[in-house]
Amino acid sequence: MKYETVIGIEVHVELNTKTKMFCRCSADYFGKEPNTHTCPVCLGLPGSLPIINEEAIKKCIQIGLALGCTISSKSLFERKNYFYPDLPKGYQISQYRWPLCIKGELKLDSGKVIRVNRAHQEEDTAKLTHQGGESLIDFNRSSVPLVEVVTEPDFSSSEEVREYAQKLQQIFRYLGVSNADMERGDMRLEANVSVRPEGQTELPPYRVELKNINSFRFMVAAIEYEVKRQIEAHEKGEKLSQETRGWNEDKKETYLQRSKEEAHDYRYFPEPDLPELKNMDQIKVDLPELPSKKTERFVSDYELNKQQVGILVESIEMADYFEKVVEAGKQNNVTPVQIANYIVNKKVDLSVDPKQIINDIQDKTSNLISDDAEFEKLAKQAIEENQKSADDFRAGKENAIQALIGGVMRLSKGKADAAQTVKILRKLLE
Amino acid sequence: MKIDVKRVAKLASLPLSEAEEEKYSKQLSKILDYIEQLNEVDTLDVEPTFNVTGLSNAMREDQVGDCTIPQEEAISNAPVKKDGFIVTKGVFNE
Amino acid sequence: MNITDLTLVETIKALENKDFSEEELNKAYLDRIEAKNADLNVFLEVKKNSKGIPAAIKDIISTQFIKTTAGSKILSTFIPPFNATVVDRLLSNNISIIGKTNLDEFAMGSSGENSAFGHTKNPWDIAKVPGGSSAGSAAAVAADLAVFSMGTDTGGSIRQPASLCGVVGFKPSYGKVSRYGLMAMASSLDVPGTFTKSVADARLVMGWVSGSDGMDSNVQEIASPSTSLRVAMTDLKGIKIGVPKEYFGEGLDPKVEKVIREAIKKLEELGAEIVEVSLPHTQYGVAVYYIIMSSEVSSNLAKFDGIRFGSSREDFGEEVKRRIMLGTFALSSGYYDDYFAKAACVRTLIKQDFEEAFKKVDVIVGPVSPTTAWNLGEKMDDPLAMYLSDAYTIPASLAGIPGLSVPCGFVDGLPVGLQILGKYMDDETVLDVGEAYEQATEWHERRPDLSF
Repeated sequence: MKYETVIGIEVHVELNTKTKMFCRCSADYFGKEPNTHTCPVCLGLPGSLPIINEEAIKKCIQIGLALGCTISSKSLFERKNYFYPDLPKGYQISQYRWPLCIKGELKLDSGKVIRVNRAHQEEDTAKLTHQGGESLIDFNRSSVPLVEVVTEPDFSSSEEVREYAQKLQQIFRYLGVSNADMERGDMRLEANVSVRPEGQTELPPYRVELKNINSFRFMVAAIEYEVKRQIEAHEKGEKLSQETRGWNEDKKETYLQRSKEEAHDYRYFPEPDLPELKNMDQIKVDLPELPSKKTERFVSDYELNKQQVGILVESIEMADYFEKVVEAGKQNNVTPVQIANYIVNKKVDLSVDPKQIINDIQDKTSNLISDDAEFEKLAKQAIEENQKSADDFRAGKENAIQALIGGVMRLSKGKADAAQTVKILRKLLE
Repeated sequence: MKIDVKRVAKLASLPLSEAEEEKYSKQLSKILDYIEQLNEVDTLDVEPTFNVTGLSNAMREDQVGDCTIPQEEAISNAPVKKDGFIVTKGVFNE
Repeated sequence: MNITDLTLVETIKALENKDFSEEELNKAYLDRIEAKNADLNVFLEVKKNSKGIPAAIKDIISTQFIKTTAGSKILSTFIPPFNATVVDRLLSNNISIIGKTNLDEFAMGSSGENSAFGHTKNPWDIAKVPGGSSAGSAAAVAADLAVFSMGTDTGGSIRQPASLCGVVGFKPSYGKVSRYGLMAMASSLDVPGTFTKSVADARLVMGWVSGSDGMDSNVQEIASPSTSLRVAMTDLKGIKIGVPKEYFGEGLDPKVEKVIREAIKKLEELGAEIVEVSLPHTQYGVAVYYIIMSSEVSSNLAKFDGIRFGSSREDFGEEVKRRIMLGTFALSSGYYDDYFAKAACVRTLIKQDFEEAFKKVDVIVGPVSPTTAWNLGEKMDDPLAMYLSDAYTIPASLAGIPGLSVPCGFVDGLPVGLQILGKYMDDETVLDVGEAYEQATEWHERRPDLSF
């Protein structure tokens, strides 16, 4: 029997606000001495009360809008109740029935649409370090703002998951809401993986949650392993069940962390310490041009190919730089295509003055052979020296022209423009 | 109304003795029977009240305040601590 | 002049007049505590100050670097690194903390008997309960062991012990005073308030502690602190007072009812118009309260895991465990809609009952407690009977409205309090009516005989 994979993804992203989600402690905790960025609120001391960081809410709304979500007019925080040593209050302030952002989507390069179920606001937990038989707790991270983005089970391969995660990371960085660094834990992925017989439309009656995986590469490996494991289990007639698994990079396999019998009952209820959020859809936030829009525009306005654009829009800084250089090139008739080629090929450092880039491109251009007669002479010489390749080309071997281009380049000492060379060679060989 | 005392106690992380389980089972049944009277009330078109203040959008600016306390105070009430950390008996990495 | 008889307003005046010094004031109270505390078990901790005006603080209100136990074994050594907002505000008004008062563990109880540190006794009869949960705070003022005291009221925990101990107890509107530093029992219901020897004292303290602190999101920014300069009302002409028929039904001790009816007659004599009103969902109050309160309790007390502070969860007392169990159940998967969500809807109806009634009247009056103080141990084996003793105080808590208990008479030598309820955030009118009644009567001047 053939099987297909069903995957849904939950992404947690830590926001880069100055202060924590529910208290005025600095959220800049990374690498600091343990328990030096805490107060009664984020330590969960008796008598402490949360108070909402407005900037975090705005950033959550930005993320929602970037994913095409509807921003809920009314939104509530709720308490998610469970016991764990990294959770100081015994509950996490999160959102459940009234999330801030609902129903969005993200389009993959293939055109496939991944539906986003929700993007909601919550708080991070403390950091646990395991040492011998003990766990050491540092509450510096406790209550740092987190946004959780949850998709529908729309993925059918690990590659789609990788692309989605990378696109999401790029969006977070474009928005400037997070460093979204996986290794530092700014961005965390959880995948719900199951398989079903091909053609079946209903969801499988179980799903395996892959958690605590801190790189795209490991996540892809874990999903692939898991799909294989599950298909094998199906084929052996074993019944798969709801469970949580982690990734062992040394053994290159997933391992059981928690089974269904221990599944949580989070007892969500509205957080009584926080009044509701109202008219959130009226909040004004700035949205930059997002990677997908930028890509379209670069392709159509500058007549660049998709691959080049992909590199140019990788970061908002790179894209802005490219457009600055294009602007600088206008007076000197240096085209966006030339600029894109130059920037992509030379891996230009963004600190270089755009005018300097234009100068470099022009120097290179002015040195090229501009005399058509001389160009033709060199091309003829290259064909004479390599009759076999010329014959092969004439016989239909397209690739054979590469050797002739190489010949022209050698004879001109690199002063021949590649595009022009191809044109002339084709003319002479016809 | 009978409740599964063992399951609830586990959810609540309350270690109960057998005697306590038995006692709470009886008492909670009696209390829940009393609470059953709420079923008499028609609440079909009634919005729930979670907060009586009528307030909304209580938010603060993203400015660091002077709430942060020294490490020593942060961990002062913890029964076990080490090198500035609070210590608990080992838990697996989830 | 007996220093410890004076009200807060009188004490401030006497200090201004240099009738006595702050040192003499503190010594007078400390001497009295020395003599009487052992019999009453009011204080869990006494601080020997010589400065400021001595007030007692319920031991669920955080005091920086002073042990705060919530009456629980689990916090028997807990020392908060910060002050509750109400404490900070008192300290900046020249109030000193003379001690932390005993209470039902985590404010859960109606008799003061659920403390891990022994029960507090009623100064009017040490065989009787003082009421709860702010047992020690009520008894401290009744026995003149502090000029005034602070308590918390979640379902009646200020009004009921004030009634049973014959002192003035005031629960302001929810959201008038910051809860920051109050160890939470039920967050949507908890309100800090006062026990005083007069209504004027309550007004004065409320003026100090009310208003936003930027820490409790449920406190209104605009909450205007009441002023101590206002002129007290001497009559009640033009005031409409509602008497809810549901507060005079089955379960109300006829002798208590007689005292309350006389008090209402007095209000009428003072010029008020008495109107019968109906609060039709009153009978559901206790059921709604026990679901919502215990649900919030189950979550609020989850932080006590023995890791950052405190000892093991085994150390919770019986009533606390019972409520955690009930609340955990009410929120659990498959029961949320039938219990928590249902109760939240009926809560709306109870709130609307008051809103309807307050379209017709300025305040509502009735009994605080269906009986006077009962015998120690009497209701300990029947939690439901204990819960039902709060039937008249719970609805106002669910609606978040202000409530006052003011002494209005005695039954068999035990005090009775009149409950005065007001519109949400109209705390002033409640205090006005209470003060007018107080000035026309002498009940608040009676003192228990402590020569046991």
